[in-house]
Amino acid sequence: MSVEGESMPASRLVGAYLTEAKLESTRLLRTPAFVVPTLLFPLLFYALFGLVIFSRSGDPVAAAILFTNYCAFGAMAPGIFGFGITLAMEREQGVLLLKRALPMPPGAHLIAKMLMAALFVAIVVASLCAAGIIFGHVQLRTSQYLAIALTSVFGVLPFCAIGFLIGTLATGQSAPAIANLVYLPMSFLSGIWVPLSVLPNALQSVAPIWPTYHLIHLMRGVADLPHSGSVMTHFIVLLGVTVGFTLFAIRRLARAG
Amino acid sequence: MPQEVLAELIGVHKHYAKTVALAGLDLTVHRGELLALLGPNGAGKSTAISILLGLQNPTRGTANLFGVSPQLVRARRHIGVMMQEVVLPAMLKVRELIELVSSYYSEPLPLDQVIELTGISRIAQRHYGKLSGGQKRQAQFALAVCGRPELLFLDEPTVGLDIDARTAMWRTVRELMAQKCSVVLTTHYLEEAEALADRVAVLAKGRLVASGSMREILAFVDRRSIRCVSRLTATEVSSWDYVQSALLEDGQLCIITTHADHILRRMMMADESMHDVEVRRAGLAEAFAHLTQEGDE
Repeated sequence: MSVEGESMPASRLVGAYLTEAKLESTRLLRTPAFVVPTLLFPLLFYALFGLVIFSRSGDPVAAAILFTNYCAFGAMAPGIFGFGITLAMEREQGVLLLKRALPMPPGAHLIAKMLMAALFVAIVVASLCAAGIIFGHVQLRTSQYLAIALTSVFGVLPFCAIGFLIGTLATGQSAPAIANLVYLPMSFLSGIWVPLSVLPNALQSVAPIWPTYHLIHLMRGVADLPHSGSVMTHFIVLLGVTVGFTLFAIRRLARAG
Repeated sequence: MPQEVLAELIGVHKHYAKTVALAGLDLTVHRGELLALLGPNGAGKSTAISILLGLQNPTRGTANLFGVSPQLVRARRHIGVMMQEVVLPAMLKVRELIELVSSYYSEPLPLDQVIELTGISRIAQRHYGKLSGGQKRQAQFALAVCGRPELLFLDEPTVGLDIDARTAMWRTVRELMAQKCSVVLTTHYLEEAEALADRVAVLAKGRLVASGSMREILAFVDRRSIRCVSRLTATEVSSWDYVQSALLEDGQLCIITTHADHILRRMMMADESMHDVEVRRAGLAEAFAHLTQEGDE
């Protein structure tokens, strides 16, 4: 017998991608070790650095910039950790192999992780918006909030790509450490926690190598806040990081499994 | 009428950097049969299966699954897979895992029917991570059958199962076969192969060393085992013609031979006090040991 030319109805195919995404999100929402750092840390850090320490200045522009910084911070973890660590574990534990032997539609597990990361970022940004409006003296127009929120959700892509590569390189045990080695220095060196101006000159000048730096200035740009560089440049850099890391990871996955 | 071929390997070689896993393997799976794939560790069973599942490419030769390359998703929509040593997401319920795997297929079984068929109603609502080893195997079996497969790959399916669960799984496999589902089974439990298989393929060193019906395989290695209490020593008997091996086990002399009648006559002449004699056809375990030994030579 032959299955030449057979195909699955489009509705069932879309259903398979959506089921994969729904259950990937479900299982991570049930995992406290993931939910707490991803959903609560950005809010806690924003409360600590943004609201308690810096908001005393009362400067509405400074308040808005802090708010965008923590939105960018919130966009990092779901991709780097949610994509990277789960992929490394699945490779190690044979789930990936089983899914490849089963008729899983191509890339469904990867697209599912991306949608999961976007969902988590949407939740984080919603919580940051609430905190910024209620406690943070953030005075932005609805269109600015929307621009920042949408950019954050787009901003999940480069970090998913970085997580994807970590997931293909690391073992399940080493993935959390590697993810932290990327996540923490990148947050610090791109000026999320402390203004770049207080860092040594050498570190300031290399800040543009970090994707987070571009995400922050892209957000400020689209929300009409003071920013450096052009919006288009930041967009292209982030797109380049996404495409580059994804291609590298796909090649690595095809080789190493 | 020629039998319909569902999956086949034709002259498949698989070389890794330093080792040869498969050295020209031919293997065919027909509709409605259960093929047991046997062989010692390192014989190439896992490599053969992973090529049939499209997980690896052969170095040379051809693999077909439903007439096309196993790498095509549309070929794999007709198969179900149960692998060894898979750790599924702990935080998903068994029911949700079935929902996920079912979504990959065009016409899966309804969820409740999968649960009933595989007898897992008691664990369907539980998180996978909370299950015992045996229950996890049962859940994985449900995932293998939920897509109404025409060909089922079962790799050591009953490891860690108690006798009741094992018998239940065998019953389900037979039910599926009655509905024309084919099965490729790899197992270390030879009684499992004896209980289920229509056909056996024995691999050693990346080659097929024997293939045929269970009866043919047993006849091919037509050996009898003799057990008795005797004054004769194992060393003495093992030097006789036609004796493949002789051992003393729990005070009984155990002999494997190709000519049981001849050996029995000779033993009775040498030792009149010989008693508690038991003669039986050597099982698959003995046949298997013999076949793979020949593969070594």
